[in-house]
Amino acid sequence: MTTLQLKNIVKRYKTNTVLDNLSLDVADGETLVLFGPSGAGKTVLLRLVAGVIDPEEGQILIGGEDVSDIDAEHRGIGMAFQNFALFPHMSAFDNIASPLTATNSTKDAISAGVHKVAKLLKIDHVLSHHPKALSNGQKQRTALARALAGSPPLLLLDDPLRNVDAKLRFEMRLELPRLLAAQGATVVYVTQDYKEAMALGDRIAVMSQGRIRQIGTPEDIYNTPADIEIARLFGDPTINLLDVTPKAGPEGIHVELSNVKVVLPGMPADVAGRACVIGLRPEAIAFTDAGAPGAIPVTVEAETPLNEKTVTLVLTARGREILVSRPAGTPGPVSGPAHIAVNGRAAFLFDKESGGLIRSAATPMTRNGEAA
Amino acid sequence: METTSTLEKTLRLIALSLVVIFFMFPIFWIFLMSFQTNETILAIPPSVIFTPTLSNYAALITGKLTTAAGTLDIAFMRNLGNSIFLSVTSVALALVLGVPAAYAFARHKFKGSEDIAFTLLSFRFAPPLLVLLPLTQYFQWLGLSDTYFGLIWVYQLICLPLILWIVRGYFEDISADVEYAYRIAGHSWFATFRKIALPLAGPGIAAAGLLAFIFAWNNFVFALVLASADKQPVTVGALAFVTSSGIQYGQIASAIVLSVTPTLALALYAQRYLVEGLSLGAVKG
Repeated sequence: MTTLQLKNIVKRYKTNTVLDNLSLDVADGETLVLFGPSGAGKTVLLRLVAGVIDPEEGQILIGGEDVSDIDAEHRGIGMAFQNFALFPHMSAFDNIASPLTATNSTKDAISAGVHKVAKLLKIDHVLSHHPKALSNGQKQRTALARALAGSPPLLLLDDPLRNVDAKLRFEMRLELPRLLAAQGATVVYVTQDYKEAMALGDRIAVMSQGRIRQIGTPEDIYNTPADIEIARLFGDPTINLLDVTPKAGPEGIHVELSNVKVVLPGMPADVAGRACVIGLRPEAIAFTDAGAPGAIPVTVEAETPLNEKTVTLVLTARGREILVSRPAGTPGPVSGPAHIAVNGRAAFLFDKESGGLIRSAATPMTRNGEAA
Repeated sequence: METTSTLEKTLRLIALSLVVIFFMFPIFWIFLMSFQTNETILAIPPSVIFTPTLSNYAALITGKLTTAAGTLDIAFMRNLGNSIFLSVTSVALALVLGVPAAYAFARHKFKGSEDIAFTLLSFRFAPPLLVLLPLTQYFQWLGLSDTYFGLIWVYQLICLPLILWIVRGYFEDISADVEYAYRIAGHSWFATFRKIALPLAGPGIAAAGLLAFIFAWNNFVFALVLASADKQPVTVGALAFVTSSGIQYGQIASAIVLSVTPTLALALYAQRYLVEGLSLGAVKG
């Protein structure tokens, strides 16, 4: 176990700034997920920490020690690559053994180490195979086993589940936290999949364009996204975002959706008249009867079952698309006109110009979308 | 493929046969000539029916060339030995120097790296005759003319750029992540070069080495000018068959057969690796 600190890291490729004055602290034994779109600089950041590339400015400290003069092979890091990066001319055994052979261990110790980690990852039956003869899932496990084999205090996992099929990804998402906890290492985990980020991270750092936009626990990020972009990235189906101008009234701050008043309890009074964007998670919207208070008329366009929920795409009178989610198996309209009701307490409000969060939902949702 | 008609098959067979005959006939004819005397070779009309003789080979191996004007000493076997020694040593040296250099050019973009690599390549397309005169002078000053060392040095002009540029491509095709993974696992850069980069570029290195060998073997003009009789390779040594009493076609033919045999054998042996090596670079992933 160890700590990792990045201080004011700048990395440029020619005139292109990939990491822009980035600072980050990872605590001892913590799993930090770096989440963001491709090109955000996540992989570059991992390579800087690993020591295979050097930053233009800034400091990297591992266990409190500045590692700028320490070569990659002496940093005590285990790393798994997105493309697996297995050694194609070596068997799975030799691949996994590579961190152990570097330390002059005896043959028996190496063999024992490889078998231990291979058993943990359930690949002990394919150790004699070359990478060419391994399935994608086995390759991914071999790459992971190689990263774990040396029991490194710091593990860097670069989107290790990116290139495996959905079923395996789901299994590994369940298995990995246990594995990482057993390892006891400090982990930096890169992913583009928000569910993976939520499932694995003690904390999540949301990156885009070489900066960290928000850092916090999965619940923090989901319930208090710093801006529209982050709200859009976290959540499946995606949050509904509608341009609105809140108004003040006797009931408090409200917005009008298709000329129907939706009251937003607890909003600061100064938002009245400002150009805003309202964020409504699909779970915060429900179908209702035509006569019910606050019923907004819509037309049902399409319906998609999504595991435990059913997602319906509806169009408002003004042609705006809205996603509505309900637990699978509950009744709902499948086509034609219908009515929806919006839970104003679960609405987010963002500033339209800056994209920044004005107020998060008064009733926070859990990761699964139910009101807490 | 099942739908190919008999006519198409026949035409294809004829076309292929023509191509094979066109390319193989000279080799076949030379092979026949090497077992004939000058008289039967120069007979009109030429005939494929003759009494084979080993006299040409005997003359080459004993070094005694009997012509109408008398007996001449020829150093063909020595020439052949020189060719083998010069080519093998030159390619070995070019591999020792060129492979690490190719790795450096492939993996490290340092100031002026492209310029240096291009300068080395330019040795390949500069006409040898252009540099020959100054080179001869320098070699005389340095005492390098008519030495194996000097010849091997000059042969680097042929071998080194070839190996450098071909092998560089193979190193560039190896995913950098694979090498990073080995570094991070705790191995030095040199171990990474030895255990990862070299084995993965192996077929490419073999292909480049073979090509360099063929080029070195075929070299004529450097050896002609820079070496005296006892250091000359077969390409130059074959000139000895143009004697005052006529051209010894029979001996030339058998000399050609003997001198293409090593490269041919090597190429046939390495063919599999060569095709693999030359096509490996084209398919990424």
